[in-house]
Amino acid sequence: MNLLREPAPRKDPAVDARLNHFTSPAAPAVTSEPVVSLRDFTRRFGDNTIISGLNLQIAAGEFVILLGRSGSGKTTLLRTLAGLDPVEGQDVTIPGSRAVVFQDARLLPWKKVWRNVALGLKRGNARQLAEEALQEVGLGHRLEAWPLTLSGGEAQRVALARALVREPQLLLLDEPFAALDALTRLRMHELVLSLWRRHRPAVLMVTHDVDEAIALADRIVLLDGGKIVAQERITAARGPERATVAAPLRKRLLDALGGVVEERPAGEIVALHAGARP
Amino acid sequence: MSPFTRLARSLGTARWLSPLLLLAVLEAGSRSGLIPERTLAAPSQVLATLWAMTASGELTDNLAVSFLRIIAGLAIGVTTGIVLALVAGLSRQGEVAVDPLMQIKRTIPTLALTPLFIVWFGIGETPKIALIAFASIFPVYLNLYGGIRGIDVRLLEGARSLGLSRAAQVWHVILPGALPALLVGLRYSLSVSVLVLVVAEQINATAGLGYLINNARDFMRTDIILVCLMVYAVLGLAADGLVRAVESRALVWRPSIVSQ
Repeated sequence: MNLLREPAPRKDPAVDARLNHFTSPAAPAVTSEPVVSLRDFTRRFGDNTIISGLNLQIAAGEFVILLGRSGSGKTTLLRTLAGLDPVEGQDVTIPGSRAVVFQDARLLPWKKVWRNVALGLKRGNARQLAEEALQEVGLGHRLEAWPLTLSGGEAQRVALARALVREPQLLLLDEPFAALDALTRLRMHELVLSLWRRHRPAVLMVTHDVDEAIALADRIVLLDGGKIVAQERITAARGPERATVAAPLRKRLLDALGGVVEERPAGEIVALHAGARP
Repeated sequence: MSPFTRLARSLGTARWLSPLLLLAVLEAGSRSGLIPERTLAAPSQVLATLWAMTASGELTDNLAVSFLRIIAGLAIGVTTGIVLALVAGLSRQGEVAVDPLMQIKRTIPTLALTPLFIVWFGIGETPKIALIAFASIFPVYLNLYGGIRGIDVRLLEGARSLGLSRAAQVWHVILPGALPALLVGLRYSLSVSVLVLVVAEQINATAGLGYLINNARDFMRTDIILVCLMVYAVLGLAADGLVRAVESRALVWRPSIVSQ
């Protein structure tokens, strides 16, 4: 068990920068060139600063979870990494092959499931690739189905297949399981992990669910007010072994989340992040 | 429940009953002399005339002429409407250039242009087709333009995040997404085209349904006028049915149709 954690100083930008610097070179998993690199990244909408001075690097094949409350800038950061927002000459490196799975599956309702997966594939064997990808997510029998006839979990599995069929270097997941019921969500965790092990993309997943983060991540990045306020690297293997480190980790994460903003009602964190899990 | 009450109950919900009753009243009125023939021909007389005109080819020949006018006018109008809607819907400059003109056009009742079109195009086929074309542009334009602008941006973003080019986004996302709106516009255009046809054919026509009606008016043949009105109604119904058939094929992915 090797948990790295910085005490999260809140209002001191110098310490904040040190915190960010601390992660990438020192992190044991980073051996090759990072696939994602942001230096002093800032994003504003008008007068509203969403992200300020953020540094983040993600190594090839690393599973990073971005944790934060609503409005913390998680989705803005993900959209930048997805290439959906202009970076306006900032120091941002993202790989050419990316794929995103959003909270809503965003399948095109007028295309059958396999055509959704094959969307934009230029190769001649697109149908075969789509079939294989759908079999991987356990939907080999729904190739010809219309997306609007799928359940929420099925639609998200199609979205996963559509992302993975492109063999991306960077897979971005934007709260992909937030709308699913608890049992389906646990199954999706297993599926995502097995797909990740097989294809080894770097993953950045956004969530506000602390337990989900602990179950899946190599590294948890805690975002608040557009800044990285804490990072946790988890080296314990996923599954039962991780359960032993989960409790203190969970407490630290919740404390960090709760301590960031003063005058917060005590019950709010529990409502947001400590949702009952089976 | 007695057979009588069962009959009364099923008659009470039968939608065909009141039109049939009306026809019966009209027929009785004509036979008894209460309704003179020059006011309204008896339904049986209308049916007989319909049969005779069909058998002699008079009706079918004139219907074919009118039909070709509609087809030609619609082909021009709908194509123009689609092109303009694509230009305005897909680019900001296109919107700035096209949309104000279309909104101005919308405020002019098409039929008020008839005199101008006669001055420009004479009294042959051209002004008739031009009127139908002009009138059928707008419903297609407005609906398709609205459909393109109403595309779910999340779907577009999803396609963009997969690396689809702008052209591929238009082809895979925008056009299929706007198709339901286009079909609604097409339905409006079809009914408008029949409406304009009626007026356009009053312009010195020597063939067509309008010609038949005008002639019948001069001879006070109310039976022929009624036959032509029936044909107009059938044209409208057929046009609607055509679009419905296209819809049920093209929009098979929609849940209301999927679940059936």
